[in-house]
Amino acid sequence: MEEHYQHLYEALTQVDGYIYPNEIDLHWGLMIVLYPYITGLVAGAFILASLERVFNIKALKPTYGLALLTALAFLFVATLPLVSHLQHPLRSYEIFMTPNPTSAMAIFGFVYLWYLMVVLLLEIWFDYRRDFVIWSKTSTGFKKIFYKLITLGINETDEKSAKLDDKLGYFITVLGIPSAFLLHGYVGFIFGSIKANPWWSTVLMPVIFLFSAMVSGIALVMLVYMVVSWVRKVKIDMLCLDTIAKYLFYILIIDFTLESLDQIHRLYEAEESFDIIKVLVGGKLNITLIYMQVIFGTIIPLSIIGFFQIYKPAEKIRIIAYFFIGIIVLIGIFFMRWNVVIGGQLFSKSLSGFTSFKAVYSGMEGYLMSAVWLILPLLILSFLLWLMPPWKKVSIHE
Amino acid sequence: MGTERIKKNRRTFFKSSAALIGGTLLYSLIKPFEGLAQTKEEDIQEDKTNFPLWGMGVDLESCIGCGKCAEACKIENNVPIEPFYFRTWVEQYTVKNNGEVKIESPNGGIGGLKQSVPDDEIFKSFMVPKLCNHCTKAPCVQACPVGATFISPDGVVLVDETYCIGCSYCIQACPYGARYMNPVTKVADKCTFCYHRISKGLQPACVEVCPTDARIFGNLKDKKSDLVKFLQNNPTQVLKPHLNTHSRVFYNGLSSEVK
Repeated sequence: MEEHYQHLYEALTQVDGYIYPNEIDLHWGLMIVLYPYITGLVAGAFILASLERVFNIKALKPTYGLALLTALAFLFVATLPLVSHLQHPLRSYEIFMTPNPTSAMAIFGFVYLWYLMVVLLLEIWFDYRRDFVIWSKTSTGFKKIFYKLITLGINETDEKSAKLDDKLGYFITVLGIPSAFLLHGYVGFIFGSIKANPWWSTVLMPVIFLFSAMVSGIALVMLVYMVVSWVRKVKIDMLCLDTIAKYLFYILIIDFTLESLDQIHRLYEAEESFDIIKVLVGGKLNITLIYMQVIFGTIIPLSIIGFFQIYKPAEKIRIIAYFFIGIIVLIGIFFMRWNVVIGGQLFSKSLSGFTSFKAVYSGMEGYLMSAVWLILPLLILSFLLWLMPPWKKVSIHE
Repeated sequence: MGTERIKKNRRTFFKSSAALIGGTLLYSLIKPFEGLAQTKEEDIQEDKTNFPLWGMGVDLESCIGCGKCAEACKIENNVPIEPFYFRTWVEQYTVKNNGEVKIESPNGGIGGLKQSVPDDEIFKSFMVPKLCNHCTKAPCVQACPVGATFISPDGVVLVDETYCIGCSYCIQACPYGARYMNPVTKVADKCTFCYHRISKGLQPACVEVCPTDARIFGNLKDKKSDLVKFLQNNPTQVLKPHLNTHSRVFYNGLSSEVK
């Protein structure tokens, strides 16, 4: 506690202008930056998988299974930063027991459960069921036990059963697209519905969150596909990679347009809050918004992929470029979340001043813990890839 | 026979999974709306017509910025003494001759506010006590995911500290900066109009100690109360009226500089 007070006294000296006395402490820190970031990666990865399955974009086939497992790995972790930031984490179950029907945050719990239990797990299960049966016959040890259990006693491997799996899996994917939209649109609504905060309160927030989620998810699966190919020492399917990059390009354009529209709208209407927001964007958020999010995370990747649409250099160069783009897009979207969550709390609701944010290394809200929440899903993903490698699948949907 | 058995199993499996998924779905669809149903029942049980409707008037022309209200509040309600936690505080507004507005509230005004701008530069100066506005359409109550913060039948916005999960969403939702995270109880905390006092017929601590009677507490339903008279005799305004929170703290002499 003493440390916390000391931190606040330090922040008190950094106050610029006037802020309400209760506003010195930033109530949402790095954990709440991670929460929409990770949830966005889930929704984005899932939508990439759906592109292949529902919209029949065959070039994306090599990434279908990878995208689903990536979504699952990140979904397992998605709520952990949220729960760990609670002052009373042990009471978090109350969100499910007595949800407040008017609270955006309360309904998120149900959206999350629906997405995890019904959409993602079922889709993966239908996709893998036949393989689990086949693998259970050839493997030993833990894998054998796992495969046996996970088949839930449905051991048919004939064509007819595979067709049924395929049909049901397809149905779930179709259901999954609006669900993924709902999942991340909802996260946007949690911020967009706060009328007290002019930086958050915009009707575009859910749509912006949705498209930025797709951007980050696609970039992540692109990277995962490249890394997995290198580890497996197989040749990267360039048609696949070019197609992912093309979709990344399109969706990044939509995302950038929406965010620009939001800012232009603010600029033109220049409401009461505009004066302080202008100072926020030009000052405290200058590096994270202008440089990290817009230039580094949006304009550079857009220019490179845009250039590739006109002129295609050698495969090797493209691969390196895509790898670089994947990373900077992920960094850019991370800072987009940062700018929303932290940016929205830096200025006072009195619209007359600023507080400051200094992240710490240790503790539940620190950099180290954030790194844990970002590395953990990658470990889960590695485990899932070992347990149920999509490239070893026998049955592949039509 | 084997295939027959498997088919049968399969059918049963699908049936039971469908029932399970359907059940879960139906439950999750119904669950969020149960709250609505409950509120309705409570409404019927508790006839609000017999309750008072508490509110506060603040006469800015009387406030001298002594900060006694903020101090009394901290003592009365066990608010941590560190200068980051306030249920009520006093802001000092100074409009300079060049039009610049300076707002200050060191330590919430506790110990008395002192003018830092030289006299010859001042166009006008005034004090503004702030507290929870006990909104009729409270954004914090709307946002709380578990319903730990609520409006009492007598119109006071309260927090159930045994129930709050400490997510800070209400603090984000409050347009007035009236809430803070209590570092001791680790739950959202705010002005209760000294609920423990008013339910015994006493005045809130801040009203009790105010030497100039700048705060007028009372029952908005009682036409003879000092508060209703105050509202009758003065042109009053609420803070941030554009947010449509229907606040129950009314200011007399509120200048346009106040945010």
